[in-house]
Amino acid sequence: MDFISTHLLTTILFFPVVAALIIWFLPADQSKAIRWTALLASLVPLGLTIWLWTMFDAGKAGYQFEEQYTWYAAIYSTFHVGIDGLSLSMVLLTTLLTPIALLASFGITDKVKAYMMLFLFLESGMLGVFLAMDLLIFFVFWEIGLVPMYFLINQWGSPKGERELWGGMKVSARNYASLKFMVYTMAGSLGLLLAIQMLGVLFQNYDLQYITAHWSTYTQDIAGLPASTVKTVAFWAFTVAFALKVPVWPFHTWLPDAHTEAPTAGSMILAGVLLKLGAYGFLRLVLPFYPAEAQQYAGWLAFLATMAIVFGAFASYGQTDFKRLVAYSSVNHMGFVLLGIAAAAKAMGTPDATIALNGAVLQMFNHGLSAAGMFFLVGVIYERTHTRNLEEFGGLFPLVPVYGGILIFTSMASLGLPGLNGFISEFLVVRGSFPILTVYTAISMLGLLFTGAYILKGIRKVLHGPLNEHWAHGEHKLTEINTREILVMAPLMILILILGIWPMWLLDVINKAMVMLFS
Amino acid sequence: MATETIIWLLPLPPLLAFFLIVLFTNKYKALSHSVAVGAAGLSWLGSMVVFFRALSTPEFGKEIFASSIPWLPTGATFLSIGVQIDPLSAVTIFFVGWTVLMIFLYSVGYHNYGQPAGDHDHPGLPPHGATVTDGHGHKHTVLSIEPMYSRFFAFIGLFAFGMYTLVVSDNLLTLFVGWEIMGLCSYLLIGFWYGKPSARNAAVKAFMTTRVGDVFMLLGLAMLYSATGTLNYRAIFYNEEILHVLATTATPIFGLSAAGLIGLLLFIGTVGKSAQWPLHIWLPDAMEGPTPVSAMIHAATMVSAGVYMVIRIFPLFTADWTGHGLTTTMSIIAFIGTFTAIFAATIAVAQNDIKKVLAYSTISQLGFMIAALGMGAYVAAAFHLVTHAFFKALLFLGSGSVIHGMEHGVMHTGDHHVDPQDMWNMGGLKDKMPVTFWTFLIGGFALSGFPLVTAGFWSKDEILADAFGHGHWAILATLSIAALMTAFYTMRQITLTFFGQPRTKEAEHAHETPWTMTLPLVVLSVFAVGFGWVGIPEHFPALGGLLPNWFHEFVGGTLLERPETLQFSFIPLTISLVVALGGLLLGWLVYKDVKAGDSDPLQKPLGPLYPVLKNKWYFDEFYAFFVIKPATWIAEVFTPAMDRGAIDGILHSVARLALFIGHVFRNYFDKPIINELIGDKLGAYWTFQPAGRALSKVQTGRIQTYLIGAVAVLIAIGAALYLFAF
Repeated sequence: MDFISTHLLTTILFFPVVAALIIWFLPADQSKAIRWTALLASLVPLGLTIWLWTMFDAGKAGYQFEEQYTWYAAIYSTFHVGIDGLSLSMVLLTTLLTPIALLASFGITDKVKAYMMLFLFLESGMLGVFLAMDLLIFFVFWEIGLVPMYFLINQWGSPKGERELWGGMKVSARNYASLKFMVYTMAGSLGLLLAIQMLGVLFQNYDLQYITAHWSTYTQDIAGLPASTVKTVAFWAFTVAFALKVPVWPFHTWLPDAHTEAPTAGSMILAGVLLKLGAYGFLRLVLPFYPAEAQQYAGWLAFLATMAIVFGAFASYGQTDFKRLVAYSSVNHMGFVLLGIAAAAKAMGTPDATIALNGAVLQMFNHGLSAAGMFFLVGVIYERTHTRNLEEFGGLFPLVPVYGGILIFTSMASLGLPGLNGFISEFLVVRGSFPILTVYTAISMLGLLFTGAYILKGIRKVLHGPLNEHWAHGEHKLTEINTREILVMAPLMILILILGIWPMWLLDVINKAMVMLFS
Repeated sequence: MATETIIWLLPLPPLLAFFLIVLFTNKYKALSHSVAVGAAGLSWLGSMVVFFRALSTPEFGKEIFASSIPWLPTGATFLSIGVQIDPLSAVTIFFVGWTVLMIFLYSVGYHNYGQPAGDHDHPGLPPHGATVTDGHGHKHTVLSIEPMYSRFFAFIGLFAFGMYTLVVSDNLLTLFVGWEIMGLCSYLLIGFWYGKPSARNAAVKAFMTTRVGDVFMLLGLAMLYSATGTLNYRAIFYNEEILHVLATTATPIFGLSAAGLIGLLLFIGTVGKSAQWPLHIWLPDAMEGPTPVSAMIHAATMVSAGVYMVIRIFPLFTADWTGHGLTTTMSIIAFIGTFTAIFAATIAVAQNDIKKVLAYSTISQLGFMIAALGMGAYVAAAFHLVTHAFFKALLFLGSGSVIHGMEHGVMHTGDHHVDPQDMWNMGGLKDKMPVTFWTFLIGGFALSGFPLVTAGFWSKDEILADAFGHGHWAILATLSIAALMTAFYTMRQITLTFFGQPRTKEAEHAHETPWTMTLPLVVLSVFAVGFGWVGIPEHFPALGGLLPNWFHEFVGGTLLERPETLQFSFIPLTISLVVALGGLLLGWLVYKDVKAGDSDPLQKPLGPLYPVLKNKWYFDEFYAFFVIKPATWIAEVFTPAMDRGAIDGILHSVARLALFIGHVFRNYFDKPIINELIGDKLGAYWTFQPAGRALSKVQTGRIQTYLIGAVAVLIAIGAALYLFAF
């Protein structure tokens, strides 16, 4: 116990890897054992995170539970991890969604062992990004998270479907989507890596806190170029890398493709956690490193955020594929995160900025819950009907009343209905951004309006209207959501409700972290 | 129990009922309705206790019941939320408590509790009736119980929770929470029979139209919160300093002050919620829902909520108003209200569906209230809000009872093509359904403003008197005509429904409804008459002063400065009398002799205007063309073109370019130089080929093998870490 309590963060971080190694030794035909091992193992980081939460002192400035080990002394990088309120809430989101996604994956029958191992590697990759206090470590984990997701889409994605490229050339849709996801993120990472290297060479140090303290006030020429120029270029290198991941309009087109092809649990994690990595990058690196540049270009960020909000909503409304509809809703919702960040960048340190940041971080958490839930629910119906085409459903409510109720509940959370979690974060973002970016906030209301339109479209096409008799009888008869699937949704729904009514326990931690980081 | 505790608890029973029914009792119909009605009863009891404690508190208004807790951390401060009951919310909770309880009780009968399950009923469609065999072996078709009986009670429970939350809130944010929860419930309830495409579309329409208002309201909330640092009523609306600052802060929009702009933004929320022109289009379609829902949404609670909010923010948009002329925001509000009042009245005249008449009449009456608020008549608006809630709930429930009675007739004849809601299929129902008739008559007379006896007279008269007293002649004239039309279409409705001879076989076989439905009618009709007497102006001839003008005294106390009482004048009183009695008389004269198969006597004199009115001035068509079509085009044509065409097109070009470069390198460098020159000619080929062969064995294409490799690397990293770190 002593070892664990002194190495709590590394234990949380590497436990999934250890579990994956254990699974490696299990016989491949023992699917059941593999599933349960993976699920139970993923509960350990969750339990440890809750323990961490109880011991965490939200009022204390700086990082806590720090651990630092020599790693790559030659280039001054150390293995340095630690948490503050921001990373803690993201770690909680990750360790919470992973077991849920694993439970959701019990329907996977193909190459179960590899699947479960990849999933656990993925968890470690994501946790590493949130825990890293060293830029190089941050980057390493940033890249590690890519690989399992690539394979999850590529190997377990929907087998059907083709995508036409040019001149009638067609490729398998899941190959297309996974490659697009990979190449796109790698392209962004390129600039990020260069910028990180530049900082490392400059400071002979990769420590986050050290660079934060020195880089924002750095004024000397770098390699014959004025510091402001270099900073601007580096700012955009960071920004583009993270914007791709959020994803921000116009870098978002990989997202609907990746989501549509990914297996259900892959989509849950992709929307639930991976997108948050981008937003986290903004909060952890861009704003602290480049306060002046962020302020200067806040208008651009706000513009892109507004485009994401408005066109994300429109695009979502225009879909006939249920999963694509939900995928575009992520663009719309994550737009609010960026809007809050842009507002904070513009008026750093003001109370309005703090409110906007609170909203943005809470929105990250909330979107993680509701998007994971929505993707799962799409998966539930897809598994039964083998179609995601909204036109082929219709009037299913009487056949699946429980599923219908859960779908309406989760949809309403996604819509931002007051009383559920999404409303509070959206309200805080709007409230914080309004005095700072009045026009953009006002325009983004158009997106909020159409959020209603696409959410109701989903419900209208799937549940309401005259019953499509095809699903009512015989071999096609639609079956009700089963106990395991309800168990997947239950924790999400409970948290959605709790956060909607009493967000204090989470928001207090976020609020204190935002105040200490940015005022 | 402490009054504050009761207020905190007020919204909870219906919420609890919702969860209980959804999670546990939904299979048991009797249990479900008992839970729901019991919950409504508890909240009603609490409301009455709070109301009477408020009455017995001296100087209530200066002193109020309030309690709050911190809710959202915002930097160094908190946003607090809480409950409060001041005079305005006390009277609101009074009518909400009564109407909600009555509607709950009524729903038991309306959904045919105690009737057999239908022969071919499906969840999501209205019940079609069941065949039963009586003691003599005869088969009868009778009404059948609603297949989603329990669900209905769960939904209206949640609805009631929303309304109670809204009323007991001490701030605009939780008001908005209740507001939106009701929005969801109205969506669920309008689309209760979701299997009908018309109901499904009406639900979406209601939600989306009100959401247009809601997003503006959200902006208003954000702006108000930014400007004042709070959303608490008392801290803003009872605080001269803040109001003055807001009223003197300029904004770049239309030369409005901050107070004016915020007031306007919030008011747009009400335009959506209270179905004011131009966002009125959802309310008539919302008649697709079961009738108790219509009563709940369109009379007692949801649409009232919009007006309630404007009454709340009254100090904001009238800040620094001198009492002469109107501020910009007030003029806009007054215009929208007045225009809506007359606009909706014209449509109501030409409707044949018994519920649609009431729907348009609701829009029109809400217009009266909004107009009153726009011209600064605070108490008059609140008074009309309360009386209207009673008599309109009564009318809706009465119409539901009529429809129910007609359905009975439809079951009897078996002709399902007869629309039981079409007033032209009715006639002569007064003898078949006496309780419904008398209570409907009371409600209708209250709506028309039948002098002295009914509540509607006193409240509507006060609005007209206010317009007169402050010299708003255009408003006075318009509202008077609207009032005349109100009386006319109400009498048209009553005459067509209840008087004359039955025009169909179905009407002949109509039947009075069970006590669960008629009892609420009787209770509500008591208030539709009696509630007017609490607000008789002091100087009214003969009656004034017999009863003190309690309403004015009590509700006026909500404001920092008590609104002054008006000078009495005979002119507005005469107008009230003439329009009410004249309209009623006209309605009676025009429609008393209508026979089966007749067309509407108005059709000829109105000429080409009649179809325009019947088609609601073609507003639906207007929106379909100018709003929905372009939006759908952006969503379905423009956005995909942008994403898949432009953005992906650029990406694919980059990919092609990369492929092309790779191609060039391969064909002009790799193949000729490396392969042929170095490889073949210089003999490297013989060295590399075996190595390549060996390596290719690793590339099995099997993911497990790759994984093993990945794991091996990870282990190596772990080992290295261990070596260096520990």
